[in-house]
Amino acid sequence: MLTAHPFSTALRLAIFSTVIIGLVSFVFTQTKNKIQENEHQALLQSLQSVLSTNRYDNELSENSIQLDDITFYRAYKANKPSAVIIKSTSHQGYSGDIQLLTALDINGSIIAVRILNHQETPGLGDKIELRKSNWLLNFSHKTLKDMQSSTWTVKRDQGHFDQFTGATITPRAVVNEIRKVGLFFQNNKTQIFPSLK
Amino acid sequence: MTYTQIISNGLWKNNQAFVALLGLCPLLAVSNTVINGLALGLATTLTLALSNSAISLVRHTIQPEIRLPLFVLIIAGIVTVIELLMHAYFYELYKTLGIFIPLIVTNCAIIGRAEVFASKNSVLPSLIDGLAMGLGFSLALLLLGGLREILSSGSLLSQAELLFGDMASQWGITLLSDYSGVLLAALPAGSFIGLGLLIALKNSLENYFK
Repeated sequence: MLTAHPFSTALRLAIFSTVIIGLVSFVFTQTKNKIQENEHQALLQSLQSVLSTNRYDNELSENSIQLDDITFYRAYKANKPSAVIIKSTSHQGYSGDIQLLTALDINGSIIAVRILNHQETPGLGDKIELRKSNWLLNFSHKTLKDMQSSTWTVKRDQGHFDQFTGATITPRAVVNEIRKVGLFFQNNKTQIFPSLK
Repeated sequence: MTYTQIISNGLWKNNQAFVALLGLCPLLAVSNTVINGLALGLATTLTLALSNSAISLVRHTIQPEIRLPLFVLIIAGIVTVIELLMHAYFYELYKTLGIFIPLIVTNCAIIGRAEVFASKNSVLPSLIDGLAMGLGFSLALLLLGGLREILSSGSLLSQAELLFGDMASQWGITLLSDYSGVLLAALPAGSFIGLGLLIALKNSLENYFK
């Protein structure tokens, strides 16, 4: 039944679109600040999960630098560089990317590592999460020298770190990523902390 | 149709998940735990109730030629508003449910109810229909989520604080400690099998009481 005038049809579509866009824009402006605050809080919380607050006294979330798709949050204590938190993404996961946060002290030793995001198999690869197993704690206190050693890999590859039963790819991806960012930090230290030159 | 009929249709007789088999993508993907399932179910219910009411309210001004784009527009607008509100006020839950909140738009059950019911009935019955269909869908998510959570991790209601706030942080029940879990239940295949079992259960219940 094509009785309606095309113009009237178009007009109705236009009016409905305007009203709905108006509604969405209104809610967007009302929630914008709250959403930004949430994102900021979440970032702070994840940064503090790898670096305790007594190790720095600057605003971490506002002091970052990006090199090669890796984000470095610079920590200072009494105006001297004290540590760095590295947010990076491994593309070697079993299903999708693994995003992780690695805190290193100024000599390149690992303070802590946390997984931010992953889609690894539940029950197998997800043991990289701290709430599923303690595996991630193996990395704490490891030094730059450890990372350069040939045993910085999973046991399956004659290395130092446990793999999980049924999941080798996931831990291998994490181990490789940590070495990658660790060495990257060492090689680009003066670019990240210009005051160390 | 009486209100009782509308409600029994939504919850049982024409349950969108178990009978109409609509909205399988969110149903199968987000039913890995009770809390995830319940949260998506509630968001879907809210969307259905609002979209059914809104569409019923304007049903006389919508010409048949443009009804589908307008349904999509209204539903997408409502879902975007819900997404923004969740992002602002239920941040952790928003992160857990992730992509599945915007994907509510593509849940065929919603545009299905708009077309079949809301565009032909007045506001109150449409609202009731939206609520009943949404609750029926939530029920399916809840049952499937419970089944999969028990089988895959031996617990129930874990992470309830995401939905109910801090007071719920102790609600999680560990049914079987030292349980290694059935991996299949956590994977998509287990989701399909679980849904199949629940549909079989519903059908056999119906045959039994016939």
